[in-house]
Amino acid sequence: MKLAYWPGCVSRGFTTELHGSMALVADRIGIELVTLDRANCCGAGVIAEHNQELADTLNARTFALAQKTGLGMMNICSTCQGAQSECQQRLDADSQYRAHINEALADEGIEYVKDNDDWENKNFLWVLVEDYGLDQLKAKVTRPLSGLRVGPFYGCYVIRPKHRLGYEEHPERDLYLEQVIETLGGEVVEYDGARKCCGFPVITMNRDTSLRQAGTHIADALDQGADCLVTPCPLCHLNLDMQQPEAAKVVNRDLGLAVLHLPQLVGLALGFEPKQLGMGRHIASTEWVGERLAGVPA
Amino acid sequence: MSAEPETRAEEQGGSTAPQEQYTLKVRRFKPDSGEGPYWQEFEVELDPTLSVLDGLLQAKDREDGSLSVRCSCRAAICGSCGVKINGQSTLACLTQIGEAHEFANRRPDEDGEGEPKPVVVEPMGNMPVLKDLVTDMESTHWTKIRRVTPWLLDDGDPPERERVVPPESMVDITQTIACIQCGACVSACLSMEADPDFIGPAALAKAYRFVGDPRDVETRERLWDLAQDPHGIYDCTHCFACVDACPKGVAPMDQIMRLRRAAGHDEEIKDKNNGHNHEAAFVNIIEKKGTLDESLLLQESYAPGVAGKLIPKPSALKGLLGSIPTAIRGLRSGKMRSLPKLIPGIHPKLPGDAQEHVKHIYEHAEEHREEVNLYITGEEDVVPEPDEEELSQPEVSTGPKENE
Repeated sequence: MKLAYWPGCVSRGFTTELHGSMALVADRIGIELVTLDRANCCGAGVIAEHNQELADTLNARTFALAQKTGLGMMNICSTCQGAQSECQQRLDADSQYRAHINEALADEGIEYVKDNDDWENKNFLWVLVEDYGLDQLKAKVTRPLSGLRVGPFYGCYVIRPKHRLGYEEHPERDLYLEQVIETLGGEVVEYDGARKCCGFPVITMNRDTSLRQAGTHIADALDQGADCLVTPCPLCHLNLDMQQPEAAKVVNRDLGLAVLHLPQLVGLALGFEPKQLGMGRHIASTEWVGERLAGVPA
Repeated sequence: MSAEPETRAEEQGGSTAPQEQYTLKVRRFKPDSGEGPYWQEFEVELDPTLSVLDGLLQAKDREDGSLSVRCSCRAAICGSCGVKINGQSTLACLTQIGEAHEFANRRPDEDGEGEPKPVVVEPMGNMPVLKDLVTDMESTHWTKIRRVTPWLLDDGDPPERERVVPPESMVDITQTIACIQCGACVSACLSMEADPDFIGPAALAKAYRFVGDPRDVETRERLWDLAQDPHGIYDCTHCFACVDACPKGVAPMDQIMRLRRAAGHDEEIKDKNNGHNHEAAFVNIIEKKGTLDESLLLQESYAPGVAGKLIPKPSALKGLLGSIPTAIRGLRSGKMRSLPKLIPGIHPKLPGDAQEHVKHIYEHAEEHREEVNLYITGEEDVVPEPDEEELSQPEVSTGPKENE
């Protein structure tokens, strides 16, 4: 399997361990990634707040660069998925608008084409379940995550709004994290926050609202006995992990729950060591996860 | 109203309609009992295509007449029967019981051999419960709606006849006018869960109904008010929960984003919540770098132009200082281990001439600033895209072709 790869901004900024672990995992399971190093930020919904056409054109450019490779496109960020799907929906809905947007791409010699050979932009989570397949993934597991209690945390943009994110064809997209956790041999922890918001989008506008959301979900997961959370969204990771000590102050209780990026969780089951997967770079200690798995030979 | 559900089932499906057994697990609360809320299960039997509301009314009719649920039209018009079904805020009359049952049983049972899971019905969230599934719409929903001055503020001089506006300008606010005040979006709102003072999706959608109305003369004042309020437009966490919950396609979050565009871009309102600063910083960074420089975003969101000798506002300084412990932890853990990630502005540009192309996109988009509202335009391509041959043809005349 070969895909055009959009790593996003945060995986090359504050969460390099995500970009690094994705590279290791892709190589191990045989997914060849062609990085779109000329592509630009998705706008994270913020640029669309300023100027919708600008956000649509920026993402049309990324799609066009991906289509030029002749490959399907993969992202590793729920927020990229959501912001890009939103723009793609508008681009696909109106041929005149699409032509107008493509005018701005012409000087680079690229064009976004609707339904181009069934071209799709998919988060790694979707690729893993829909294209790679859970059976094939299971066959690659060398260290089942036996006994590891994992709370899924999706990030809003990869599951909502339902009318935009392909649920007609893939109705279980909001269950994939549970399916992956189980495929890797882990145990799913059911808790209230799995499909709620981490609060990151308002961290600079209303810090209390933002951190209260993160802190509440972490506390819920701890109360249900989670050893760690797993998320396909690096922005959720920023609020759940990097801001965890601050969130603890807002919800007024001790937290301390490891938050893994999706490729890190997959990587552990493929036999990589926590250190290789950059788990030492988190704010909330991931040592407990390593200890839980230490008994299971890689 | 006894036996009504059965009658309705017969009406819709005839006597041959398949009757299925369902379990409704209802969160109940009796205010006079002195007890807290509790769960009660009801066995109901009805056609899978009938609604959860039909199921509730059957339970009320056959098992417990004290079960309270608010309802009226049963056709998703009146907006009375807002509840949470399997955790999703919606209308009970709009949700088929068969589908709700399937949704409740999407995940395989843990031991693989248990009974099917019940359809869970709860009162709406983010508002007080009066009794069982009946919530107090007044203290939360209506109070917040009134907060946004939900009436037209005109120039004071009544026209001789009606105020005439071009129809296309009213099309723009059609989407918000579709609201039936059911409260499902308020129930689903994840910002309000964390901040009960948040004005919320229903009221802010209503606010856009007047901000977007060409007859209203206080557009800037409305936007100023909603932007400066710490619980206003910049308190929305952009989670899409209200978009999924709304039974009428109002997409409240989309309206909140339009309010932000109008406040920040059109009116250039510099709010004290850093909303506009954050947005402007983000937009500027991508224009210069192509990808996000997180350190610069943090600095510019709180204290724009601090590098250019402007003095940050006290509120911004507080935010900036508040983020310092996080930055120090990041340094220690190695998360921000390399200098370029910590120092604002050192983040690299895109390779080659890519940044020039991004800049060009900015110029192109700022010139037009088109918006597409799919609620109005629909999602189908009505006009098929012309293929290249057609495009290369000269202007087509409507007359007969020469060889005809």
